[in-house]
Formats: sequence, C-alpha cells, structure tokens
Amino acid sequence: MTRISMSVDGANYTDEVEPRTLLVHYLRERLGKIGTVVGCDTSNCGACTVHLDGTSVKSCTVLAVQADGHDVTTIEGLAQGEQLHPMQQAFHDNHALQCGYCTPGMIMQSIDLLQHNPHPTEEEVREGLEGNLCRCTGYQNIVKAVLSVAEGATS
Amino acid sequence: MIPAAFDYVAPTSVSDALAALRSDSDEIKVMAGGQSLIPVLRLRLAAPTLVVDIGQITDLHGVREDGDAIVIGALTSHHDVAHDPVIEQYAALLARAAETVADPQVRHRGTFGGALAHADPAGDMPAAVLALDAQMEIEGPEGRRSVPAAEFFTGLFTTVLGDDELLTGIRVPKHDGWGSHYEKFTRVAQQWSIVAVAAAVKMADGRVMEAKVGLTNMGATPIRATSVEQALVGQSVSEDAVRSAAAHAADGTSPPTDTNADADFRRHLSTVLTRRALMAAVGS
Amino acid sequence: MTVTEDRPTTEVGAPRRRKEDRRLITGRTRWTDNITLPGMLHLAMVRSPSAHATIRSVDTSAAKQSPGVVAVFTGADLADEQGASLPCAWPITPDQKAPPHPAMAVTSVNFAGEIVACVVARSAVEAKDAVELVDVEYDDLDVVLDLAKAAADEQVVYPDLGTNVSATWVFDSAEEGTGTDVDAAIGGAEIVIERTYRQQRLIPAFMEPRSVVVDPTGEQTTLWSATQIPHILRLMLALTCGISESKLRVVAPDVGGGFGGKLQVTPEEVITLVVGRRLGKPCKYTETRSESLMAAHHGRDQLQRLTLSATKNGTVTGLKVDLLADMGAYLGLVTPGVPILGAFMYNSIYKFPAYRFTCTNVFTNKVWTDAYRGAGRPEATYAIERLMDELAVEVGVDPMEIRERNWIKHEEFPFTTVCGLEYDSGNYEAATAKAKELFGYDDLRVEQQRRRTANDPVQLGIGISTFTEMCGLAPSRVLGSLSYGAGGWEHASVRMLPSGKVEVVTGSSPHGQGHETAWSQIVADRLGVPFDDIEVLHGDTAVSHKGMDSYGSRSLTVGGMAVVAASDKVIEKARVIAAHLLEASADDLEFGDGKFSVRGTDASMGIGEIALAVFAAHNLPDGVEPSLDSDATYDPTNFSFPHGTHLCAAEVDTETGEVSIRSYVCVDDIGKVINPLIVEGQVHGGLAQGIAQALWEEAVYDESGTLVTGSFVDYLVPSAADVPAFTTDRTETPATSNVLGVKGVGEAGTIASTPAVVNAVVDAVRHFGVNDIQMPCSPLRVWTAIQRASAGDSTPRDVSTTDDNAIPSHNAQLGDGDTEGDTEGGQA
Repeated sequence: MTRISMSVDGANYTDEVEPRTLLVHYLRERLGKIGTVVGCDTSNCGACTVHLDGTSVKSCTVLAVQADGHDVTTIEGLAQGEQLHPMQQAFHDNHALQCGYCTPGMIMQSIDLLQHNPHPTEEEVREGLEGNLCRCTGYQNIVKAVLSVAEGATS
Repeated sequence: MIPAAFDYVAPTSVSDALAALRSDSDEIKVMAGGQSLIPVLRLRLAAPTLVVDIGQITDLHGVREDGDAIVIGALTSHHDVAHDPVIEQYAALLARAAETVADPQVRHRGTFGGALAHADPAGDMPAAVLALDAQMEIEGPEGRRSVPAAEFFTGLFTTVLGDDELLTGIRVPKHDGWGSHYEKFTRVAQQWSIVAVAAAVKMADGRVMEAKVGLTNMGATPIRATSVEQALVGQSVSEDAVRSAAAHAADGTSPPTDTNADADFRRHLSTVLTRRALMAAVGS
Repeated sequence: MTVTEDRPTTEVGAPRRRKEDRRLITGRTRWTDNITLPGMLHLAMVRSPSAHATIRSVDTSAAKQSPGVVAVFTGADLADEQGASLPCAWPITPDQKAPPHPAMAVTSVNFAGEIVACVVARSAVEAKDAVELVDVEYDDLDVVLDLAKAAADEQVVYPDLGTNVSATWVFDSAEEGTGTDVDAAIGGAEIVIERTYRQQRLIPAFMEPRSVVVDPTGEQTTLWSATQIPHILRLMLALTCGISESKLRVVAPDVGGGFGGKLQVTPEEVITLVVGRRLGKPCKYTETRSESLMAAHHGRDQLQRLTLSATKNGTVTGLKVDLLADMGAYLGLVTPGVPILGAFMYNSIYKFPAYRFTCTNVFTNKVWTDAYRGAGRPEATYAIERLMDELAVEVGVDPMEIRERNWIKHEEFPFTTVCGLEYDSGNYEAATAKAKELFGYDDLRVEQQRRRTANDPVQLGIGISTFTEMCGLAPSRVLGSLSYGAGGWEHASVRMLPSGKVEVVTGSSPHGQGHETAWSQIVADRLGVPFDDIEVLHGDTAVSHKGMDSYGSRSLTVGGMAVVAASDKVIEKARVIAAHLLEASADDLEFGDGKFSVRGTDASMGIGEIALAVFAAHNLPDGVEPSLDSDATYDPTNFSFPHGTHLCAAEVDTETGEVSIRSYVCVDDIGKVINPLIVEGQVHGGLAQGIAQALWEEAVYDESGTLVTGSFVDYLVPSAADVPAFTTDRTETPATSNVLGVKGVGEAGTIASTPAVVNAVVDAVRHFGVNDIQMPCSPLRVWTAIQRASAGDSTPRDVSTTDDNAIPSHNAQLGDGDTEGDTEGGQA
C-alpha cells in the first residue's frame, strides 16, 4: 500500500492505496466521486476524463499514485452551488446529451479544449474531442454547445 | 479492468531510477506517462512485479538548445513537443508528428521518450526521430551512451535499451529552415497510423538540397525511405519529380497486414502519402 | 389555487430543454455501477477463450484460496437455479430449432466469451485476480464461422440438432393474397437485377457497460440492471429461474444507452441473481468494455440475395429476397424475429405487385445476434435503396427519377402494400423536394460531372435514400400472428397529488430518449398543469408495475398514447366531481387550460383544486371513489410509418480509397413533433450510427472464432472528428392511427443513412465500372474496387462473410508486452 494525498474538487484527501489502483477507481470507490465513469479499458472512450492540475487526462489511464500531491477536478467540482459551469449550461441549452454517460468526460474535455484554444473553429472543436466517444448524439449538438461557450453566447 | 498487483517506486533522480532497475524484482517495467503501459496492464497483457515510475524526475522534462542540436528531455509530453517554440524552429517535423498522436488527453500525459522506448511500429514519433537523424541519449550502470535513431529500433516493440538502462533524452540536429510535414493515414481520427510518412526537406533556389523521409507502420521498426530521398536530391521541385521519387517509398519494406489494410495496400499508400508529405513539406 | 400561470400556449411542439439533464451534467447520476450496498460482494466471470469446445473439467480450487474470494461457481454448481435456458420470446416457426442456452455453460461452449464459471469476492479486484486461477480444460471442436458454409451444414454447431438451420420463414405475396407471383414477374421481365449484399455484423456499443446489482435481502429480491426492459426482464427472470414474479423487483436506474443492445435477458443478470440469492448477500457484476464487445449480443449479420424485376422504363414488377441470417450460437430474446421485422420493409415506399421473402436463420460459433437499432429494417432499406440505384443505372435515368416512378403518391394514402401493411399517411414528394433544395442536388450533379470529365483524383458521389419504416411495435394481434411471445401494448398511470402536482408513471423505459421531458409536455397540455409540476416515473417495477419498455421506436407512439389515455381518464373522473362541486351538470362543463368551466357562466375550478378536494374527500358525489388517479393500457391499431429523404454527398479519394462526407441532408417526416430538440437529437445520433455501418464498424472474427475487433482500438466507433455536420429538416404529415399524430423517430436516422452513404460512395466511382462495395466501405475496399474495375475485371466478386485480414491492428502490443526495459508510454 502507498500513502497518497491529493486535492479533489477542492477538498483534501489522504489514503492508503494499492499502487495498481487507477485514479478513476480511487475517485469512484474511495471518494464516492461517482460522477466520473468508466467506459472502456483501452483509453479510447474518454468518459473518465478529469482535470489533473487543470489539464484534461483520462483517469482510467492514470494511477492514483501518479496523482499523489496533485489537484484533481471532476465533473462534480464544476458547478458553484446551483450555478452551473458555462459548459454545463451550454450542454443543457443545446441538448448536447442524451443518455448522459459520456457527458462528464465530454464536458471536462470541452473545458480543456477552450482553455487551449478559446476561439476554435468547428473543425478544431471536433478534433479536440477526438478522444471522447458518444453513441447517442452524433456529436452535432456537443460541437454546437462548445462553440456557443467559445462565442460567449450561452445565457 | 484493473491491473494485477505490482510494487511501485517513483524515484526523483536518474541515478535512483537506475538503482531501482537493478533491484531483484522478477519483471520490471519503466513507466513514464503510462499512456501505453497502463492499458496493457489493465488488460493484464503484462504483469510486472515492479513498476518504476520515472515521471517525477524533473531533469528529464523540457527542451534546450545545445550548439547545433536541440536536446529534448525524454519526459517532455507530446503536447509540449507539439507546442514548444524551440522544436517548432529547429525540428518542426517532431511537432507535426506529436500533434497527431492519439488524442488531447493522451498527449497531455504521454511522453516523447516513452513513445520511442515503447517502439510501437504504428507509433508516430519513431519515424520522425529517425528522419531527423536524432541521437538517443541513454543512461545505464556503465554511464551514458548515445545511439543513432537508425540503430535504436531493433524490432517490434524492441530497442537497444538494456533492462538496466533509461532513455533520458533525444538530441536532434537543428533543422533550421527545413520544410516538414507528417502525413498520417487513419480510418478514424483517434486511430493508430495505418501508414504515415514523416518528411523534411531542405530547399535552395527551388531545388531539393536534402530530403529526409521516415515511414511509420511499414515494418516492425520505423523505416527510412532512402531511395526516395536519393531520387529527390538535386531535383527541382515539381509534382512529377516528387511523384516519381515517392514511387520508391515502399522499396524494400515488408509491411504488416491487419483489419485496416493488407501489405499491398500499405505499400501503395506509402507512395501516395510520401508524395503528399513531400509536397506539403516543400510548401506546395 | 391557480395552476395555469406562466404556461406557453402549448407545450407540445416546444423545444423544451430536458428535465433530466441537470443530474447528468453535474455527475449526480444513478448508473447501476454506482450502487453500493452493505456487505456487497463482487462477481467476475471466467469466459471461454475457445469458440467451440466441450468442457472437460473446471478446477476452482486455487481460485477459492485467493485472497478475498468468497465462492467460485461453475455451470454445474448453478445448473438447477439458473434454469435450463435463457428465454427466446420469438419462435418464428412451429418447428424452429433452438439449443438450450444456459446462463453459465455446463457441458459445452459455443462462442468465445461464453461464461464457464464465476468468482465471488469481497472486492471487484480480488474477484478479477482469482479469475486467472480458475483452470478450465476444453476439448476443442470444429468451429463454424462462415455464414454461407454454415447454412450448407458443412459442419454443424449442434450435432444434436443435425443442422445449423434454426428456421426458414417465408412471406409470399401470392400465397398471402397481397400481391402476385414473383417468379412470374421475374420470368417475363425486361430488366432483372441480381445482387448479393452483405450486412456486416455490428456491435451496439452503448457507452455504459452493462452492470447488474442484486439485493436478495428483504421479501422481494431487488435487481438493478442497465437494461432497456425492466418489465420484460422481471417476467423472464422469474420464469427462467423459477422464482415467483411477485418476489422480484427490477429497477432500471439511469441507463447509458441501449440501441437494442440492452434489450436482452442476459447470462450475467441470471448469474448475479442466482448467486446473490444463493449467498444471501448483495452482489454486483459490471462488465469491462472488452467483455461487452465480446459477449453482449451483436446485431445485423445477414447475407441478402436479391432479385429485382422491372419494365424497361424502370417500373418495378417484382422483388425476391433470399436471406441468410446469422443467429450466432444461440437464440436470444428476439434473435430469430429480427430479420422478420425487415420482411415487411423491402418494398419500402414503392408499389410492387409481387414479392417473396425467404429467411433462413443459421447457427454459427459467434456471440448471438439480436436487436440493434433498426433491427431488420435497416437491412431491408439498405437492400432496396441500393437496388433502386442499380435499376436507375440499367434504365439510364437519375436515381431520384427511378424512385419517383415507383413510389406511392401522396394522394394514394392510405395505401395497402404488397406485404399487406396499410400505410396511413405520407408525402414522399414533399420531403424529397425539400431535401433536394437544401442539398443543392442539381448543382452537385453538375460538379460531379465536371470532376469525372477532369479525371479529378477526388471524385464526388451523390447518394439517395428515400426510406420508410414501421414503428410503434406493435398491434398485439399482429405480433400474435407473427408468433411473438407477448403483446405490443403500453401502460401509463397519472396520479394527481393533493398539492396539484402530477406524477406520471410510464411503462416505457427511457435510457437517453428524454421521456421525462416529452411526457411532461404531453401531460401539461392534456391536463393544463405546468410542465415543471409534472414528474415522470419509470423503470422500477415497484413503481411502474406494468410495461413493455422501450425499443422499436415505440415509446411515443405507444407509450405516449397510453399517457394520453390515462390523462383523459383523469379528466373524466374529475369532471364528475367538478360538476358536483360547481353544482352544475357534467354535460355543461368544458375542460380547457387546466380548469372546468360551466358553459355560459364564469364559474370554474382548476384540476389542482379538484385534486385537493378529492384528497380531503369531504364533499364528493355519492358512490364516487376519492381518487383522480388513473391507469390506461394502450394497444395500437396499426404501425406508424415515418419516412424521409436522405441525401449524401461523398468525396472519394481515388488514390487512397478514403471516403469523406461533404454534406448530408435529411428531411424526415415523423408526423407531429412533441419536442423538436429531442427529435433532432435522435436523428443526429441515428445518422452517426448508420453512417458508421457504411464506413467504419464491423465485428470481425479470426479463423478460430476469436473476436478481432475486441476493443475500441479496432471496433471503430466514430468520434466528433469523424462524423460530418448534418442538415436536418422535417415535413409534417400526421399519423392518422393515433390522436397525437406521431410516428416515432428513434431509428429513422440509422435506417436511412447507411444506403445513402454507400450509394454515394458507389456513385462516386461508378464510372470506373464499380457497382458495389461491401460495407464498411474502408479505404482498402474502395481502393481495391477501383483497381479491379479499372483493370477491366468485371467478374462478380464473392461477397465475403469472412475477413482475410482478421488480425487486430495492435496484435503485437496486445502480445506479451515484450518491451525492453523502458515502456514509458506514448499512445492510447
């Protein structure tokens, strides 16, 4: 067992974990951060995307021990009370989700995308989301939601 | 899936890491970004007894100039390789290749050195370093050694790295003023290269002074398309000249067959992609 | 109490943002895998690596000693409790052959991935660790994989059955009296076109892996599952395992997509239920993606031999369909019926006089097939829409022209087809005109010609798909005539709460479709209560005791109609009480905007006020029960028939065979729309899946029966970077078979888009001499087709049901991890 400490959604945690524990399993099973989900086992689907020190990563492809001493933000850490993050609001406004399973990862990656490129073209949005799979929406409204935040058009 | 249990150390210096590699654990794996290793562990296709996480060795991050070369720390992420101004100026081909690796999340965690040491025949970085005549800087119990990229890759997922050695940096000759392009062929965006071509061209007075072409996934290791390079040098740039040079791209290769392409199709693709990579590299 | 403030004139038709979004975008979700119960144990499955073998022995002793392991069970251990076979609810013929399908294999395995044992441990990781310690000895048998060879019984999967043919089902329009004899039509025809098309095997690939949690404590055993069908599952689990149905409660909490893939009674559900009850402890099983791709049911997988006859001016005179359908190793819940759902759709929107459909269902050593989005109808639509393009070439007219010459004209509705279905409404001309205009059809044809003339390395193709489908499964009597094991009705309840709020209970079971929102819109208009005052409850048999669940684009056309009927019953119950309270005759009351008004006076009473009065029950008419609550079960009188015109412009790079979609326009007619946002979303998602069949997705097995496309590395689900932007629009010809005028939209995009794309790809390279490319139209296949045709090779190529290149793209990576020293990690 290895002792790790990290900040998750603004709270500090210290735990003993097996080194093989994936960050996503630590988040879900130890911290109860079940908003972040697992969709595959080959790092393709992106459903588990969180921010590690402000940058998007696939939490199924990070060991919990690798996040020791770092800062993690999950889908559950975005809203300020009742106030949704603009990207969450945009997903709602643009009907950018159906079953919602890919949505946490999709929102986390979309936020990262705009951090690197605040004014992307549609093509850049699509390419920036290439590591996140959605089976319901055909992506059209997801792309629209991200562009709406980039344009500051979300009410 | 969850990996099988393993012991874990996270040394903060190269010497500590080398010491860890000399421990008597049965099977040791070095982990940098973990973006290839962790999926393999999750599928339990590998079950090391010890994982040496070198991610915390801060010395191995970053890019610096060193005379007529640049040195890229092995732990520099794909994202950083794609966006570093020094690399953009002196080895832009690496940036072009790095920006096509996997997806943004993986590029944030995955490392340049890790991708090279992993030596995946479908990986994008090996062909690019091969094309640019990079030197692989290796540290081991006997000290440091430097191996040309052309000698580094020895087979499928295998390199000259010994079990007790680490790839610490990549020294790339400055390619100032070269045009470059990485032409990658996939069926879906996130896919590994079916075939890809890394091309860099030095021009003067409308003629090709030097050309460097590396091929991805045309064999067990990255391959230098030397006959293409030779056919191009001294030529004035035209679509026809590039086309006839690129026709040699598959010479001497034995590419794999899989669900995405058979060997013949890969040979054909390599000629088309080489032409396109070269045309893009010369700015046409 | 006023309940009609701040309400738009009508909710129906408004682009309401979804109620269900908030919890999903903030991570406050209830996926089955999120559920943790006190003392819960975890299951991991031991799966067969062999596609066909007898089980010689299973040694669980080492696994039982592994840390944290509570128990290890084999098929023999569970044989009594798991029942003889998982259910198949659709025996399509009286003599249909079906092998028993035990949840856990007892004596033999028949596909790679079949469960042979399970480990139960205190944690999921301990269970996984012990799986590797279960030692199973197999005696391998010959593997039957090729569909055509299997149909010829070269080798048989089940020697006891003596054949691989499960059933042969025929529809003949002459015999049924719905049309004339097809052989006569073909015999004397001016044009006869024969083609063989391959519907490749697909994987539903819902994003949420399947998960099941069983709590055997308490009087009712509760089972949570990532399922589309909690009600059907409850009944089938009870029947399969011999448990009283009343002792079972099934809950489908948040469910992350289904697409037919979660329309199943799965081995994993049965095993978790049986093990949980045996041990008396809550148990959870969650599959990995690898397990899901390998062992959750697949879809499609048919070989279509088609003969179409026509006059020389292109009027179709007959169509003969001879289908081979790959069942895989077993018959799942509706496996045999999936091709039958397509049988009535091959004539599509056209007026054929003669038609015969023959389907032969065949066993192979692959995971079983079953419903996948569209289920039978995409296959039928693909075949006829591809054939109409071929006919256009034969006749020498534009493919749109050939369709116009054959389709049912809008003034001809209602129209009884050669299959005997009555299409109630439609307007193919209107949808097509709109689509062509949005697409710029004529300009694109000009550009196409220009590129052909210039021998442009990038050629342009235009693909058409004018489709219809049968939705709203289904009139129970029709299902009975097809030997389906259940009815096609749906149930709903409306509960008026004393505070004026409303609970709507639906037997539909949404998993992304937005029923909470759409049903609220329907009820808001019906009862005149605010949208936000309505709560829609579903997916829990303790709450929604009765239902037929969600699949086959049935939820709105059947389930929505049940909601309408239940709402109307509330109004009628309230009317009697309102008359009493308003001291008026019930006949003098008008109901509108949520209140009863006495005609000719200003006296009125809101439905919420009546609900409160009913709750108090102080002053009700004699003999009237103190309740406004109502139940309704709605059985549709007909299918519904959405239609549309889909147009695809595809560019084909003739040097690499790469296809890219330049534009995609569709105009769908799904009748009345409850929520246009939801409708568009359904169309978008359907398009992506249909396009993916055309270009990317295929489940490939190697010669030993191992699934080669066993991860998302090789099973190519497209990302945002791969699919194009869509232009979607609608025409609106209301259904006449239901009062909402709705037709269903869940499968339209998937059904229509596949032939549109392939028609475009073939059209782009037709001038080289290409007349077909097998799906998915990969660069290799497109390039090879061009090479062969350009070389003058016009011999028909056998349609392949096996893949010569069945090697995973990362076989080496997935080998022994043979990395010298420094696996530092690069890509996914």
